[in-house]
Amino acid sequence: MVETFYDVMRRQGITRRSFLKFCSLTASALGLGPAMVPRIAEAMETQPRIPVLWLHGLECTCCSESFIRSAHPLAKDVILSMISLDYDDTIMAAAGHQAEAIIDETIEKYDGNYILAVEGNPPLNEDGMFCIIGGKPFTEQLKHAAEHCKAIISWGSCASWGCVQAARPNPTQATPIHKVPGIAQKPIIKVPGCPPIAEVMTAVITYMVTFGQIPELDRQGRPKMFYSQRIHDKCYRRPHFDAGQYVESWDDEGARRGYCLYKMGCKGPTSYNACSTIRWNGGLSFPIQAGHPCIGCSEDGFWDKGSFYDHVTGLSHFPIESNADKLGLTVAGTVGAAVAVHAAASALKNAQKKSGDK
Amino acid sequence: MAILKTPTGFNMDDSGQRVVVDPVTRIEGHMRCEVNIDDDNYIRNAVSTGTMWRGLEVILKGRDPRDAWAFTQRICGVCTGTHAMCSVRAVEDALSISIPENANSIRNIMQLALQVHDHLVHFYHLHALDWVNPVNALKADPKATSELQQAVSPQHPKSSPGYFRDIQNRLKKFVSSGQLGPFKNGYWTNPAYKLPPEADLMATTHYLEALDFQKEIMKVRTIFGGKDPHPNWMVGGVPCAINMDQTGSAGAPLNMVTLNLISSVIDQTQTFVRDVYVPDILAIGKFYKDWLYGGGLSGLNVLAYGDIPDRANDYSAGNLMMPHGAIINGNLQEVHPVDLRDPNEIQEFVPHSWYKYEDDAVGLHPWDGVTDPHYELGPKSKGTRTNIEQLDESAKYSWIKAPRWKGHAMEVGPLARYVIGYAQGHEAITEQVDFTLRELDLPFEALFSTLGRTAARGLESQWAADHMRYFMDKLMNNIRNGDSSTANVDNWDPKTWPSEVKGVGFAEAPRGALGHWCRIKDAKIENFQCVVPTTWNGSPRDLQGNIGAFEASLMNTRWSARKSRWKSCVPFIVSTLAWPVPLM
Repeated sequence: MVETFYDVMRRQGITRRSFLKFCSLTASALGLGPAMVPRIAEAMETQPRIPVLWLHGLECTCCSESFIRSAHPLAKDVILSMISLDYDDTIMAAAGHQAEAIIDETIEKYDGNYILAVEGNPPLNEDGMFCIIGGKPFTEQLKHAAEHCKAIISWGSCASWGCVQAARPNPTQATPIHKVPGIAQKPIIKVPGCPPIAEVMTAVITYMVTFGQIPELDRQGRPKMFYSQRIHDKCYRRPHFDAGQYVESWDDEGARRGYCLYKMGCKGPTSYNACSTIRWNGGLSFPIQAGHPCIGCSEDGFWDKGSFYDHVTGLSHFPIESNADKLGLTVAGTVGAAVAVHAAASALKNAQKKSGDK
Repeated sequence: MAILKTPTGFNMDDSGQRVVVDPVTRIEGHMRCEVNIDDDNYIRNAVSTGTMWRGLEVILKGRDPRDAWAFTQRICGVCTGTHAMCSVRAVEDALSISIPENANSIRNIMQLALQVHDHLVHFYHLHALDWVNPVNALKADPKATSELQQAVSPQHPKSSPGYFRDIQNRLKKFVSSGQLGPFKNGYWTNPAYKLPPEADLMATTHYLEALDFQKEIMKVRTIFGGKDPHPNWMVGGVPCAINMDQTGSAGAPLNMVTLNLISSVIDQTQTFVRDVYVPDILAIGKFYKDWLYGGGLSGLNVLAYGDIPDRANDYSAGNLMMPHGAIINGNLQEVHPVDLRDPNEIQEFVPHSWYKYEDDAVGLHPWDGVTDPHYELGPKSKGTRTNIEQLDESAKYSWIKAPRWKGHAMEVGPLARYVIGYAQGHEAITEQVDFTLRELDLPFEALFSTLGRTAARGLESQWAADHMRYFMDKLMNNIRNGDSSTANVDNWDPKTWPSEVKGVGFAEAPRGALGHWCRIKDAKIENFQCVVPTTWNGSPRDLQGNIGAFEASLMNTRWSARKSRWKSCVPFIVSTLAWPVPLM
């Protein structure tokens, strides 16, 4: 009666034939001979759902709230059929000692084989007592669970970068997971955003369950499939940017025509996220589509880059094929060194085009 | 030790066995509870502790006030948006910025959508596991469950025996896998679970239906605010421009297509609340009619600021569609007006909070509020600084401050609003409350309980869903009359601002009265203080010994099982509190 990876894949509409093909691909990817294929298939058919411990540090629970908004797959299908969400203080039935006991039970039973998902981050000031779990600093629970896990998912900007509580002057010394002193060296998948897009969260999980591996990450530890392009690159308002057509003021003619929000402070040109492609809440919209500039909530330190309404200055007209790894380091320091040049160039091109039209 | 008598008549006796629950789960944020139990299994002392602090009020200093909404929105991702709206109201108040009618209607629809969403998620996904036993649902007869569903809510289409059988089979598979996920280590053998298997199957099914449906409600906010959780807001109106038929309308945030989608979601929301949520409360309430404990301070002191202004920019009580006022000592004959600007009305105290003032004995009005963390344990605490075994509630013991209205600890939230609304003769509220009490065959006093608080959430959801429709119609009428304005930018530029101003914004968050107070100096935030619903309800004690609503709700309630099986206390505590805990 145990629901296995195979059951899960079948539930996702994957045929037996595709499943076996997947097993043989896995075998060759691992450098194993064809003789191993049936063994991989057998393992996939009989293994239990992967246990997940979902811990909460300093946070606002927006990541969990985003997660339950997932349209495909539905949150209930993830919880009932894909993973075994054994610890998540936001929804678990148990509390107190019974809740805490689950962590040790999971470690004992699945040592090295469970996923640790972290929402929020630990404070280091005041000996960690700005975030207390079971009378002790959250840091202890976090390090204990990390020591025995297979991999860590850093949900959201808190776990990935620090987010709002780490904004200047960071009074609690809130620290992202990968920078916590003494934390075990485990693969960390950062899924930044405040919160991350629901379908991105569930896609990261389903990818791991379906393919039995972590997704390919960029140099900063983010899945390339969602974080390798800037919002600006795929923004539906991009043609207006290129044409030099901007919203100059809230609710002006440009705002009503869906012009580019660059001059209103849009951080789309410097933010790596999938908002303009995957969009939010079942692909319905995203901040720019609703008329507000992107505030860059998936970027490291986005709270401390001036007002959200200061427009980004300076950046070369980098090609759309550039990705976070190529640009990341140079861009990060200067907050988009030449968006202004990029914008000016677009405007100039537009002006030239206009004069050419005459 | 001696029994401490509080000014509101609670006798705090810590001589019995001490039980600690940490973490309290199915809340937002982090919380700890300690109680003492007497020989007859009654709770005689209750200590509730907020166990986290992030320092947002400190972080806000020196920022652009137009950005404040984004910071405060991150106080809570469950009641997402309500803090943002409160912040823009505070800044608009400080800078005398008025907003267009359309912006008011849109903000109200967003806020009302949150009310419904938050109550629904609280009822089904946070609170339900205290009274619904999904393991017991396996014993249900699907046909009998179908009959129960049709009796409880004949309009709800998902009621066939096959439907319930499918859900039950899925649950069976889930349970027999041995991997219980979030249901692991639950208290499923506890006699406090009273539903027959069929009601458990119906409620578990609705747990799943509501999990699917809640995401639909928030689509309203994704259209208006671009994403949810944490949609976007702006000082001076709303960022979503309206364009019904001119060039570019397909790329504008609000056009015929997106407004149709919102209208459709509102219809579905009204239907779900009417056909599933409210009938479930009445049906399940009948099995838990003895949940008359856990009233907290609701029968004594309740507070609401009011919200949902009918016309834009008028925040006076007469224009607010949700109740405003304060009731003291259970005197429903007199509802006092509340002035958030009066330095002597709302004050925060810290003698039992992990903060320090120049003088801990005085309270500070939030405009003059100070947030200076100071973690220390009292001399009678057990354990160490970083391994607390038992807190000393005679000293500092919580990361939550203690707000008081004219010196009184107050309960805020849906029940507080409904008590005040009822006392004021608010037409819709009176009708809803009378109907519910009649259906459950309970006296008015039964309202002051866990059952009453749970019912108030559901009734308020119905009211909120209906008023989403009201404001959607209002928005469409206004657009039809030629007004498409969504923003006032007259004072957007900081150069137009006076050098020194202060303002206050308020709202009724799903959890209760919410206020943000700001001081702006030279276009930067000089001070920003948030007194949130959980600051009120989760408040620790004050110098007079007044206890907050969480502690009050635990007092003198009976524990359902033998002391040696103290495990059973956990769901009991959680269900009694039944309040998520967003903290700063």
